[in-house]
Amino acid sequence: MADLSINCGGIKSPNPFWLASAPPSNTAYQNCKAFEQGWGGTVWKTIGEPVMNVCNRYGGFDLNGVKLAGLNNIELISDRHIDTNFKEIAETKKLWPDRAVIVSLMVESKKETWQDIVKRTVDTGCDGIELNYGCPHGMSERGMGAAVGQVPEYCKMITEWVTEVSTIPVLVKLTPNVTDIIYPARAAKQANADGLSLINTINSIIGIDLDTLEIQPSVAGKGSHGGYAGPAVKPIALHLVSQVVRDPEVGLPISGIGGINNWKDALEFILLGATSVQVCTAVMHYGFRIVEDMIDGLSNWMDEKGFKTLDEVRGKSLQRIDDFGNFNLLHKTTARIDQDKCIHCNLCYVACEDGAHQCIDLIPVNGHNKTVVREEDCVGCDLCAIVCPVEGCITMERKDDSSETKTWNELVSQFKDEDKELTWENLAEFQKKHGIVIH
Amino acid sequence: MKNIANKLTNEEYEKNFAELHPPLTKNSAVAEANRCLYCYDSPCMKACPTHIDISTFIKKIATDNLLGSAKTIFYSNWVPLTCAKACPVEELCEGACVYVEKGEKPIEIGRLQGFVIENYFNSDLPRLFTQKDKNGKSVGIIGSGPAGLACGAELSLLGYNVKIYESNKVPGGLNTWGIAPYKLRQADSLKEVDFIKSLGVEISTGVRVGKTISIEEIYNIHDAVFIGIGLGDATKLRIPGEELTGVVNALDFIEEVKNEKWSDVNVGKRVAVIGAGNTSIDAVTEAKRLGAEQVYIIYRRGIDDMSAYDFEYEIAKSDEVIFLFETMPKRIIGEKFVEGIECVKVELGERNEKGKREINVVPNSEFILPVDMVIKAVGQNINNNFLNDVEGIKIEKGKVVVDSETYQTGNNKIFAGGDCINGGQEVVNAAYDGKMAAHGIDNFLLEKS
Ligand SMILES: Cc1cc2nc3c(=O)[nH]c(=O)nc-3n(C[C@H](O)[C@H](O)[C@H](O)COP(=O)(O)OP(=O)(O)OC[C@H]3O[C@@H](n4cnc5c(N)ncnc54)[C@H](O)[C@@H]3O)c2cc1C
Ligand SMILES: Cc1cc2nc3c(=O)[nH]c(=O)nc-3n(C[C@H](O)[C@H](O)[C@H](O)COP(=O)(O)O)c2cc1C
Ligand code: SF4
Ligand code: SF4
Repeated sequence: MADLSINCGGIKSPNPFWLASAPPSNTAYQNCKAFEQGWGGTVWKTIGEPVMNVCNRYGGFDLNGVKLAGLNNIELISDRHIDTNFKEIAETKKLWPDRAVIVSLMVESKKETWQDIVKRTVDTGCDGIELNYGCPHGMSERGMGAAVGQVPEYCKMITEWVTEVSTIPVLVKLTPNVTDIIYPARAAKQANADGLSLINTINSIIGIDLDTLEIQPSVAGKGSHGGYAGPAVKPIALHLVSQVVRDPEVGLPISGIGGINNWKDALEFILLGATSVQVCTAVMHYGFRIVEDMIDGLSNWMDEKGFKTLDEVRGKSLQRIDDFGNFNLLHKTTARIDQDKCIHCNLCYVACEDGAHQCIDLIPVNGHNKTVVREEDCVGCDLCAIVCPVEGCITMERKDDSSETKTWNELVSQFKDEDKELTWENLAEFQKKHGIVIH
Repeated sequence: MKNIANKLTNEEYEKNFAELHPPLTKNSAVAEANRCLYCYDSPCMKACPTHIDISTFIKKIATDNLLGSAKTIFYSNWVPLTCAKACPVEELCEGACVYVEKGEKPIEIGRLQGFVIENYFNSDLPRLFTQKDKNGKSVGIIGSGPAGLACGAELSLLGYNVKIYESNKVPGGLNTWGIAPYKLRQADSLKEVDFIKSLGVEISTGVRVGKTISIEEIYNIHDAVFIGIGLGDATKLRIPGEELTGVVNALDFIEEVKNEKWSDVNVGKRVAVIGAGNTSIDAVTEAKRLGAEQVYIIYRRGIDDMSAYDFEYEIAKSDEVIFLFETMPKRIIGEKFVEGIECVKVELGERNEKGKREINVVPNSEFILPVDMVIKAVGQNINNNFLNDVEGIKIEKGKVVVDSETYQTGNNKIFAGGDCINGGQEVVNAAYDGKMAAHGIDNFLLEKS
């Protein structure tokens, strides 16, 4: 069996799967139960300022009958007494020495207050601290959470206060509700953080009750934006992780978060450079037991592919990310329909006809339509293959022999060398030369 | 036989014996797996006699962890391919699926399980479990049906040397020789047998305990013994004409069919099966599928008294079986060959406390049903000839008596499970017994040493 152990900025755990700071990691009871079922670590539900929660707190986004494609919440940080939390954190760590216990913190933006809570946290014997600069609702109205994470200067200042006194690793948890996540990430680095956790939840309004016209979730008739999480946010989280990892100035280990439901999702984060991964919504939906398949599936995949440790896997797909200007413009694919698999729903036709480039013909045969791609017209956009309900029915076939490459950046400099302007006419001439069809 | 039914073409045979629940494709399996709600402490898992963690193995199909899925299944059940295809899922897991309560179609658990295990058997069989180091002890198992196989597989993982003694030339018990071929083909049962052999279980075939080798010898060679001999000979009808050519035991007939050499099996043009249990249904549907023109079930009680499952009854009806309820056979007619069966109508009284109804013959209601073949399917007796010689073993109502937790018999070195202790249930019960008995044996031998 592959070795799944990790070291994320000095925090070690037997596997990369951590509970995200959220309701599942609220109490010692829950965290210990999670460890029993195999979780490698936990980020304790954020503790700090006194708060009071409201009902209802959550809104579910269901997609075509599938429950919880997304989850939105207006929950605050832990509403249990801070002393209770500290006591339970210390007890949990003592019981589970080989697991990572990280404590998430959020207090008002005062140096003493921060340094005081950091010292008390270190005293519990836990393995690390996570700074919650992400909570997008409620706490931000009080100048905390996202209100800090959205201003790189605040982010740097508070992180400096913390790293100054902390004797254990410090992770900074970033909010996605910013224009460019690189800046708060760099601020954390400059303030000597040991790692980054991302993403926290995304600003959202989950829906409106069409009978009462109330915003969901409704608190006695009133609603607000909440934080969005769950499977729907994964693509956004993957992108933000890759952005932070690829920034030469950041260079910090990453704990990847956002929409992780199973080992495959987790692996995608790891392939983009994450060291550990954190999970909230999937546990809120199905319970701690999901970790068994996460461990089993990841390790089976590694065995099958011949990877012995996660160090060998981490970041393996980063080299595949590049700028648009470096893509080969002469790479040519066209759609191919496997007529034996086709079930004649005609969805590819209508998608291409109305939504793309009008390259599929409908030919009536024996009472149904045969869908035929006009290859010479197909621009290779992939839409038909994406909408086709039958797996493997539409494939994108490579048409160039990769003997020639030309990127946009090369093309522009070629024009420059030839003393040509970049004009529609010049571009059309290039397309014609290479048999590229544009509709 | 006087009137042998016309032989069919190969295509017709194959069509008639095609699998009732053909395997799922990968796409349909994933789609079905995604429909599963992934219930917690799920009712399906509780309804499965081996308590497979069903929602977990299904979840693993959805996450494309098929190897992990196979492991989850084998962890609880050593004959999961047979179970996937032969279990009465409507009565067990699928019947308990929460979708049924919701008024929707239950998850196709059996077919999903079959998909995972077939996928595993088609792979290069990576190891699923670590085997404990050999502890130097050995266990002898009598019978290679699901009970014996499960017991052997489990003991082998626990570090025991295991030898199975099997009287038949081909192992697998009724998985190989009993289950209707349109549910389970012999090759599938043998794949499971081979897999269990690959875990280090030795199977010695053609060895009948009590004849080829004595029970004392086995008792003396091994540190413990497990009895998984199933049920024995068919119960006699005790009516005149039973010896005529054309009167056969259901199990002998079914065993012949299980060779899957369809055209070698002779059936009458008109066939009567006596009895209305699941074996009777199998016999009658198999006769029909082999080309019999008219097939009957003769049963002395009513439709509600049948021990056959509802879905088995439905299969029989769709095979155009004619059910003669409240009808009792009196004698089989014929010179040398069966020519007919004389029956009499009965009336059923009120149910007594045990739910049984008194049977009263209706005077002058005799009639003769012209048939060419009579298949007797009124139950089996435990084949207990060698058991009688063993000190401590008790047999009550045709069942070997065991402790319900340890599966230990009255002789503390001997354990038993499967049909021989429950009087004839399902493959899945035998698989559970065998596995649990292995732990009973392990605990017994650990305590002793
Ligand atoms: C016709 C028929 C159809 C069935 N269909 C289904 C079905 O669709 N689904 C289902 O779940 N269940 C079905 N069952 C029930 C199921 O087959 C049994 O419950 C199950 O096989 C019992 O397993 P077992 O290991 O106890 O015994 P068996 O499977 O009967 O195996 C006993 C083995 O012991 C061997 N043996 C016996 N005596 C000796 C001896 N003295 N020495 C050496 N070996 C010996 C036998 O040859 C046999 O191989 C069916 C049963 C029958 C009869
Ligand atoms: C109900 C709820 C409460 C949360 N509370 C916190 C919190 O107290 N501190 C924090 O850092 N993140 C909190 N989060 C954010 C999660 O830790 C996580 O970053 C986010 O949910 C994305 O992960 P997911 O898609 O696996 O749910 C909360 C999320 C939810 C859904
Ligand atoms: S999930 Fe539990 S706490 Fe939440 S509303 Fe339902 S019963 Fe109440
Ligand atoms: S979308 Fe797929 S299945 Fe539907 S018509 Fe097109 S090729 Fe056929």
